[in-house]
Amino acid sequence: MLQKVNKMLLMVIGAIVLYVLLKIMITIGVINPYWQRVLFYSLIVIVGALGLGIIYGFTGQFSLGHAAFVGLGAYSAGYFSKTFGQYGVLSFIGALLVGMVFAGLMGFLIGVPVLRLKSDYLGIATLGFGFIVKVALDNADKLIPDLGGARGMMGTPQLASLEWLFFIALIVIILTRNFIFSTYGRACTSVREDETAADMVGVNTFKTKLMAFIFGCTLAGLGGGLYAHTYPYICPGDFYFLQSFDYLIVVVLGGLGSMTGTVVTAIGWAFLLEGLRFVLGPQFVDFRGVIYALILIITILVRRQGIFGGKEFGFLVPQVRRGKPDVALRG
Amino acid sequence: MESFIQQVINGLQLGMVYALIALGYTMVYGTIGLINFAHGDVFMIGAFVGCLGYSSWGLPWPVAIIVSMAVCAALGVTIERIAYRPLRYAPKIAALISAIGVSFFLEYGSSLKFVFGPDYHVVQRPFKNITWHLGVVTITNIQVVIMLTVLIFLLFLLFLVFRTKIGAAMRTVSFDHDAARLMGVDVDKTISFTFAIGSALAAVGGVLYAIAYPQIYPFMGIMPGLKAFTAAVLGGIGQIPGAVLGSLIMGQVETMTAAYISSQLRDAIAFAILILVLLIRPSGILGRSQQEKI
Repeated sequence: MLQKVNKMLLMVIGAIVLYVLLKIMITIGVINPYWQRVLFYSLIVIVGALGLGIIYGFTGQFSLGHAAFVGLGAYSAGYFSKTFGQYGVLSFIGALLVGMVFAGLMGFLIGVPVLRLKSDYLGIATLGFGFIVKVALDNADKLIPDLGGARGMMGTPQLASLEWLFFIALIVIILTRNFIFSTYGRACTSVREDETAADMVGVNTFKTKLMAFIFGCTLAGLGGGLYAHTYPYICPGDFYFLQSFDYLIVVVLGGLGSMTGTVVTAIGWAFLLEGLRFVLGPQFVDFRGVIYALILIITILVRRQGIFGGKEFGFLVPQVRRGKPDVALRG
Repeated sequence: MESFIQQVINGLQLGMVYALIALGYTMVYGTIGLINFAHGDVFMIGAFVGCLGYSSWGLPWPVAIIVSMAVCAALGVTIERIAYRPLRYAPKIAALISAIGVSFFLEYGSSLKFVFGPDYHVVQRPFKNITWHLGVVTITNIQVVIMLTVLIFLLFLLFLVFRTKIGAAMRTVSFDHDAARLMGVDVDKTISFTFAIGSALAAVGGVLYAIAYPQIYPFMGIMPGLKAFTAAVLGGIGQIPGAVLGSLIMGQVETMTAAYISSQLRDAIAFAILILVLLIRPSGILGRSQQEKI
């Protein structure tokens, strides 16, 4: 028990130290505004990717429409902020909640029918949902002019600072960890490993899948809400299927079923994409896409189970209490 | 009514081009269970090579199609050899990520200035556009060429898959790799052959698409690729007749939506129909439902 508390404490202290370091580096200008943006983006990707990690990495439900839920969250949160933005921080929190609830609700409405589908078919159905959301957002200005339709939405207040992004990402990491190692999380993993077997030992597989899907979509909505308050301009193209692929790439390259992998890869991925610009210089910047593609192919060829391959940093794994096995079990 | 028949013909043209792409998806999925996301980009390369063939290198257009087919077949085999074969017995998602990587590579690679360049290219059609008025309906010679070419290749494919030795090998591999190997089938070679055929068909699709809509660019393969893949899933992926049926439906749905509802909603309605069909028939229209054995 003591060790468990220590681990948790260690993680929080470590996070605070990391935050202070980042804050100092930003203040004295080691991290310039450009890299600060990249850092912010990577924190948003962490939140969204952990959502997909729960859906796909831990529950095994193949979703190719994750960015659509991020978009739904971004648009609903952004619209809320634009309408009730005069209350500052309070309306920011409200907007994030609205984004989460809306994305979660859509996750529920979509999840109930499509989660009956298996593997690739589920992927295609969610991919299709992503297209439908894109078209809906493109034409949203016909119903609500403020959403801007295909021209994009401008004028959301830029409230997401380092503090908000960093600590929300931290809270999401802790929440995800607690979820994964809870009874519900175990049920999710059992569904991923073998749905039939999970069903037979009494796991309500459909409910479990739906719960994981809604949770993941809620996190996507939170990521979207943060996105809308980090960038002054959002457009439907920011939440298209290519972005869904981005989340998928982060989760798979990190290693399915590894929070550590997702977090580290999200940061590495965001910095790699921007870093390539600088490494290549203006002369070779055209090669950025090609090199990114090659890195992607080579990484997956070398580490087919993902960079972390299901492993976690120690502080993300709670201590397992080992009781004596039941007498009846020993028979 | 006249315009309705006209739309049916237009939809048929689109659907037939989709069918050529969808066949590649469905054959690859049937043999190795992989959604080959790079297939749409092979289609793009096919369009570029074919168009360069008849507009810059001065080849007659049927020869340009054949050259393009050869290039794409080689490309498809190379992609499989480098990016998919090492991952064949890895989790399926690994190969999928590899496929996305290959897709990015082909797209960004073709956008480089010394390859095809990032711009839109308007290409000359290899023959003059002739329009025939048959009663109330107009048919262009482009539509006739597209439909005839697709039909020829479709028949050729059906013959290949169901009447030849290599076709039998392909069907065997799609059932079970290990069993196929025990029966003396060279699985690697058969899979390479499947990629070659699928990619060659995509090349034909690319050239025909460029003749019908004469504007080509490095990212042109994404949407037709995804639509064709959707069509393959709609018809029941892994089934050759399913891919054709799904594509024809997809072509009709898209054209009809654009004509009678709204061209902006075209994609949304096409995908909504896909989701609905999957909910009723989870393995597609002609797909075999898989019973899980315990």
